[in-house]
Amino acid sequence: MVNTEVTLSGVKLSNPVIPASGTFGYGYEFSELYDINILGALSFKGTTKEPRFGNPTPRIAEAEGGLLNAVGLQNPGIDKVISEELPRLRKVFRKPIVANISGFSVDEYAYCCERIDKEEQVEIIEVNISCPNVHNGGMSFGTTTEGASEVARAVKSVTKKPVYMKLSPNVTDIAAIAEACVNAGADGISLINTLMGMRLDLRRRKPIIANVTGGLSGPCVFPVALRMVWQVYERVKVPIMGLGGVSSAEDVIEMMLAGATAVQVGAANLKDPYASMNIINRLPQVMEKLGIDNLSEIIGGAH
Amino acid sequence: MKKGIFTVVSNREIAKNTYEMVLSGDTSAITAPGQFVNIELQGFYLRRPISVCDVERSSLTIIYKVVGKGTEYMSRLSAGAELDLLSGLGNGYSLGESGERPLLIGGGAGVPPMYELCKVLLKEGKKPVVIMGFNTEDEIFYRERFEALGAETVVATADGSVGVKGFVTDGMDTVGEYSYVYVCGPEPMLKAVYDKSVTSGQFSFEERMGCGFGACMGCTCKTKYGSKRICKDGPVLFKEEIIW
Repeated sequence: MVNTEVTLSGVKLSNPVIPASGTFGYGYEFSELYDINILGALSFKGTTKEPRFGNPTPRIAEAEGGLLNAVGLQNPGIDKVISEELPRLRKVFRKPIVANISGFSVDEYAYCCERIDKEEQVEIIEVNISCPNVHNGGMSFGTTTEGASEVARAVKSVTKKPVYMKLSPNVTDIAAIAEACVNAGADGISLINTLMGMRLDLRRRKPIIANVTGGLSGPCVFPVALRMVWQVYERVKVPIMGLGGVSSAEDVIEMMLAGATAVQVGAANLKDPYASMNIINRLPQVMEKLGIDNLSEIIGGAH
Repeated sequence: MKKGIFTVVSNREIAKNTYEMVLSGDTSAITAPGQFVNIELQGFYLRRPISVCDVERSSLTIIYKVVGKGTEYMSRLSAGAELDLLSGLGNGYSLGESGERPLLIGGGAGVPPMYELCKVLLKEGKKPVVIMGFNTEDEIFYRERFEALGAETVVATADGSVGVKGFVTDGMDTVGEYSYVYVCGPEPMLKAVYDKSVTSGQFSFEERMGCGFGACMGCTCKTKYGSKRICKDGPVLFKEEIIW
């Protein structure tokens, strides 16, 4: 029997696979298909202080080996997430919840994290400073070391739960941003959010996505994500949640060898609702094939 | 929703750039007319959402227009090809409100879901009137199929080559009193029927989708009752809740 357990800042996961925020809703659609307690943890839809409709449609465009989205942080707001979504999720999910929090000001990040701090099943807070689809917020905090550390510091002062900063790949030096977050007290790093891109409609000669640009995800970004996980692992000593195009058990192991302690699965859930389950089910078999007994021992093993 | 492998039984061009594909497989997740399937195509990352035209216990029919690379790929599939489908997606039309003589109004690629709806309503003893709108004669499909079901059928063509000259709304002028409207077609057509219809009704919307099953929030629209996902809470919206 191989051991798939990993530990993120003291939080034990039965396996390293976590559906990425925004690709799994609050789990209900998937819990109709399979027992989602098979997951290592679950990162729920990015939540802000106020409810948000998000961007106008179209919000989606296809790409070779992936897709672009510009959903724009549609969510019911922190009050409803706590009063309605979390109690519903709790009924079908007993594993650790990663609360994904976003904001438009440092105060808003801190406010939401303080609120979510009281929720017992939330074991990790993932702070999204990298949404490419909202203006004057999200990614604007994640593209400078000052902005990133300011948010990290503010959030750390209001919660005792482990804080993971979710970083944008749309920067010149992601390792410098990661280091700034860790120096400000962050317990871990999630990377990468989507890569900013766009597509045009040839008949209309206009952008397909109403927001003009969107975030690229899917297997086409996996090598970029892997490279960034590698670079961040070389720079900081905190655990990393690696994500970006992960679609198979082999991808999970590759991410871990590059330095990830846990691995998030995003776009793959949208293409195949069973993707996370299939990756988890195949993981032991791939470990055996590669001679891995204990998954946590391979973290950063390629360095 | 169910995920399963379906086998292409037939795939043929039935009108200009318009194909009818019959697929065999487990259709048990399909519970209402107006629902759709989301089809994985080799070499394309996103699935293609296509409305269900007709459904039997172990087969279903879809009709699609070739508009891009994905549907072009579909048009080249032959009998025996296997496709991965998510089936039973969306809410579909609700039948309880139809009254005795509902109008079933479909425009172009919006005609197909009216076929299954028409069958079900006829089975319930209703007297549906089908209004089909096309641009030109060579785009017309399924007219004789609707007539064979025994439904009163009106065709409107924009160029006047067949039937009523004009749009489906011109077809509405020719049918007398009706109890309800069921509508599917391009958004300007939905809006025109919404404005013209004197009864309540249900309107099926289209949007670019990520997942097709409610997870990604890619296709959300505003309604009078809050945000709705076209793929999961729709594609059918009641007239009373629509915001244009």
